Amino acid sequence: MTRPVLVVSDLATWFHTRDGVVKAVDGVDLEIGREEIVTVVGESGSGKSVTALSVMRLIQEPGRIERGSIVFDGTDLLTLGEAEMRSVRGTRIAMIFQNPYASLHPSFRIGDQMTEPLVLRGTERAEAVRRSAEMLERIGIEDPSRVMRGFAYEVSAGICQRVMLAMALMSDPELLIADEPTTNLDAIAQVQILDLIREMRGETRMSVLLITHDFGVVSKMADRVVVMYAGRQVESGGAGAVLGEPRHPYTVGLIESVPRPGHAAERLRQIAGEVPDVIRLPAGCSFRPRCPQAMESCGEAPPVVPVGAGHVARCWLYAPRRAA
Amino acid sequence: MTAAASLVEVRNLVKDVVRPDGTPLRVVDDVSFAVREGETFGLAGVSGSGKSLIGRMILNLVGPTSGEVFFEGQSIAGLAPSVMQLRRPRMQMVFQNPLASMNPRKTAGSSLELPLINFGLGSPRERKERIAELLDLVGLSPRHAQYYPHEFSGGQCQRIGIARALASRPKFIFLDEPVSALDVSIQAQMLNLLKDLQEKLGLTYLFVANNLNVLYFISDRIAVLDAGRIIEEADTESLFAAPREDLTRRLLSAMVLFTGSGGRPVPAPA
Repeated sequence: MTRPVLVVSDLATWFHTRDGVVKAVDGVDLEIGREEIVTVVGESGSGKSVTALSVMRLIQEPGRIERGSIVFDGTDLLTLGEAEMRSVRGTRIAMIFQNPYASLHPSFRIGDQMTEPLVLRGTERAEAVRRSAEMLERIGIEDPSRVMRGFAYEVSAGICQRVMLAMALMSDPELLIADEPTTNLDAIAQVQILDLIREMRGETRMSVLLITHDFGVVSKMADRVVVMYAGRQVESGGAGAVLGEPRHPYTVGLIESVPRPGHAAERLRQIAGEVPDVIRLPAGCSFRPRCPQAMESCGEAPPVVPVGAGHVARCWLYAPRRAA
Repeated sequence: MTAAASLVEVRNLVKDVVRPDGTPLRVVDDVSFAVREGETFGLAGVSGSGKSLIGRMILNLVGPTSGEVFFEGQSIAGLAPSVMQLRRPRMQMVFQNPLASMNPRKTAGSSLELPLINFGLGSPRERKERIAELLDLVGLSPRHAQYYPHEFSGGQCQRIGIARALASRPKFIFLDEPVSALDVSIQAQMLNLLKDLQEKLGLTYLFVANNLNVLYFISDRIAVLDAGRIIEEADTESLFAAPREDLTRRLLSAMVLFTGSGGRPVPAPA
């Protein structure tokens, strides 16, 4: 296998709040190969977005990256100065967010916002306009000049997210980070944007880190899946393996709690309890209080254990020698 | 189907609105269906297809341009508010965003008491007992009456939303995307709770959702809407197995549906 585009090792990002230290991300490992789509899936508070923002080095006070490394194309991004980081962020690594309206300025024309970064990097304005229109056309916007003349509120959420995607792709990034890019879109626009991301991945040979809470999106998009719970990844592996043979009790619970055609049942299997408060995590495995298979050893931090080819679970169930 | 078996029926429902540029737009177009007593009737369709508006017209929160709504056999569309007030306790609604549908400055207890006061149900002491009973029904405990909305998790908050809808002992509840703002693990708890309550209290649901997996689980029958029109109405199983209409098939295939095989095999329904 060629060298991966991104290797995140033991990443920890904590927020030092008045109420205590929020260990939003506490030990995440992630690897994204060339042209690979990796989805990070988890519920609210699991640390998916903070992981993405950490890769972009967009963590703000009181947040801090406490430890770990984020190696992008051979360079640890955590060792870069802010000026050097700026030459990576938005160009070699681009990002799109959940709420496309919030990502565009409401009182500037869409076209001006699209061309600004190009102009700042020294492109002639006319050339920037031409390239922006061309990119909008490539991602299926029929009348680019009309969209570019308009304001964010004048277009639908689906078009707005296409604009964000066009802006992200304009610099031909090696890695696209998409944080819940379709969560606020209606069902049809959702599929269109997802198809577009796949298509552009093939065309531009970029890699994609896709964050979602929706298993429908995971199964449609993922080459590999990382499941996060309370700031840690609890399972990762090929999409087929994780979705078809989930091993961590949390992943099993999550998948079973989604009603599926062909799995007709009077009641859904449900995970007991609620997503935990990350300030007051239990010692040992964070999932222990909700886990149907919890045992004594779960009071200690579980190891990451291989459970299949390229498939690992952070769980005592699969440890060769359980803790005493 | 006999008329007596249906609790709610809409006939030729139409809603026109005026667009900002002055042109008229038909957002609900000649919609007719009947919801049988005790069943869950799902409305599927993309945003803007008119799902929520139909529910709101049934509850008479929005008046139709034309067409009729029958509840327990009586026409209720366009009834005067004072007359409608007599029906309201029997038909209630649960909203999408549980936190936004609560008054942040009122405790859960007083939010639950409001419908009881509004409909003149019970003395202060009886109301207090009823609140405890409602909290218990939705899996919370009486002490939660003292909590403010921000002290609840999203799932607990939606339980309060459901309890509030149940306060006046309705027959019919319109659930407008009740689980779409919740985490996956909490969604399952809520869907199970809704089924439990339906069995226990003999409720009839109209259920609107964007998520096909959710609709599949909860609905006995589903009507698929496109641009304000019903394009197909069928039993849930047959709709998913073999949609009759081409447009339904296209809509279904254009939506993200999780069909993963993971997890333990699920026992066949009894």
